[in-house]
Amino acid sequence: MRRTAFYLVLAVAAIAFLYPFLWMAATTFKSPAEVGGLSLLPAQPTLENYRLMWTRAPFGRALFNSLLVATTITMSVLVFGSAAAYALARLRFPGRQVLNAVTIAVLLVPAQLTLIPTYTLIVQFGWIDSYAALIVPYAFNATAILILRQFFLQVPRSLIDSARLDGMGELRILFTVFWPLAKAPLATVGILTFMGAWNEVLWPLLVVRDEQLMTLPQLLTVFSLGGGAGPRQLATKLAATMVLVVPVVAAYALLQRFFIESMASTGIKG
Amino acid sequence: MRAEARSGLLLSTPYAAFLLLFSIFPIGFSIVLVLLKWDLVTPPSFAGLDNLQHLVGDARFWQSIVNTFVFLAIHLPLQIVVALTLALALNRRLVFRAFWRAAFFLPVVISGAAVTILWSALYATDVGLINGLLARLDLGPVPWLTDPAIAMPAIAVMATWKNVGFYIVIYLAGLQSVPRSCHEAVELEGATAWQSFWHVTLPLLKPQTLLVVTLSTIGGFQLFIEPYVLTGGGPLRRTLSVILYMYRNAFSYQKMGYAATLGLALALLIAVVLIVQHRVIGSADEA
Repeated sequence: MRRTAFYLVLAVAAIAFLYPFLWMAATTFKSPAEVGGLSLLPAQPTLENYRLMWTRAPFGRALFNSLLVATTITMSVLVFGSAAAYALARLRFPGRQVLNAVTIAVLLVPAQLTLIPTYTLIVQFGWIDSYAALIVPYAFNATAILILRQFFLQVPRSLIDSARLDGMGELRILFTVFWPLAKAPLATVGILTFMGAWNEVLWPLLVVRDEQLMTLPQLLTVFSLGGGAGPRQLATKLAATMVLVVPVVAAYALLQRFFIESMASTGIKG
Repeated sequence: MRAEARSGLLLSTPYAAFLLLFSIFPIGFSIVLVLLKWDLVTPPSFAGLDNLQHLVGDARFWQSIVNTFVFLAIHLPLQIVVALTLALALNRRLVFRAFWRAAFFLPVVISGAAVTILWSALYATDVGLINGLLARLDLGPVPWLTDPAIAMPAIAVMATWKNVGFYIVIYLAGLQSVPRSCHEAVELEGATAWQSFWHVTLPLLKPQTLLVVTLSTIGGFQLFIEPYVLTGGGPLRRTLSVILYMYRNAFSYQKMGYAATLGLALALLIAVVLIVQHRVIGSADEA
């Protein structure tokens, strides 16, 4: 009896988290007359909201932009970031200690402080309305470097020595000896970086004004501010939101444990 | 050894250059900007302490700080209570435990922009889901986002819904490290389940609570997309956040000096609030 009541309460709580998503998905297939309703099954399913969304703003292009930006940033953080992390962990060179200290110091500086100065820098570079403005300021990530460096420090010295005896260069050691061992931290860093880049909206709103270069969350935000409050506009807005949400939910459904553990282990939210 | 140093420099130079350009320079330049009047079109001019003076008397800035504290006053307790309750529920033998956890965590992985637009539909006065549910109970439509007294609490509830899954996972990790023997000991003394929770579990979860408070506070000071999409900072500026005001100063009014001043003030304020919170929570068990 108590057990049943407990599961009932838990189910109500879970519905509070899932029902809005299902309601959103259902609403995007509804005709205006049905939009306010609570039902999850549209009486007369229609694709009109998706057609309107697609023709009123360049969502296809925004999807491409978001994929390009998030993938490039993730690749850069993984490849160049792990090169830097490898050097900081395993190579002796002048300036290493300073660089390690700065990496930690940078993490303590709140993003609010550097936002406007970085924006003025991008304007001076003439990078407003360019992919460079969206990608370059995120090309490295101090958190990612710390995670990878921490892992690289634990790889046995003998592996490096024997690889060097075999005549391998440092880059080959990194990518053929360290990377296969570092799948877990690389996956953590990859997921966090991709999610962060995919979800970011404040920075694109500052540096991109051309609709053709907007990222998906940015175009969605601009689009939803421009629409009215009627049922048709609401359903169209939600259809656009689905384009942003569905790929993430699909990835999350497949890699759920990975997502939760990556985010919880580092204290970073999406 | 020379080769090792050369490789090290080669591999780390791009990162060092990046830090110089996008971290160290902006930190230094933020101080310079405070002293400038600059619209990014005409050359900057020296403004002395004008920006700071303006900040002190700026009603909108202070309103945005008050708004943030209103947000935190609702959001922090709500977040802790909901996260802890659900974490305690998930910390037993459960059927489909992974499913429940995944359900609560789902909003965490969704973009803040998407969650905010979804909630604009939930909160919509005429066609919204929540007012639709209320109508079923014969309760009148609530103007969630247009009533000055309700708008910020409504945003605080939304933020709790968005983030609570993350804090559930944090609390769950904490609960799993509470030794069973602790509970058994107090139960032998005849303590009720509530006493055992209040005097044993809760104090042991203090590090997690501190983390929840710290991260939620930082999040509260970073409110941007929520008021930007839902209310535009209204009604009566009751949901204007510091970042939204900073964004407008930079993007709409082209006041780089003042926007940077707001950023600096915000960074210092966050630091002070976090220090006070750590003191208060840190001393809670000594009392």
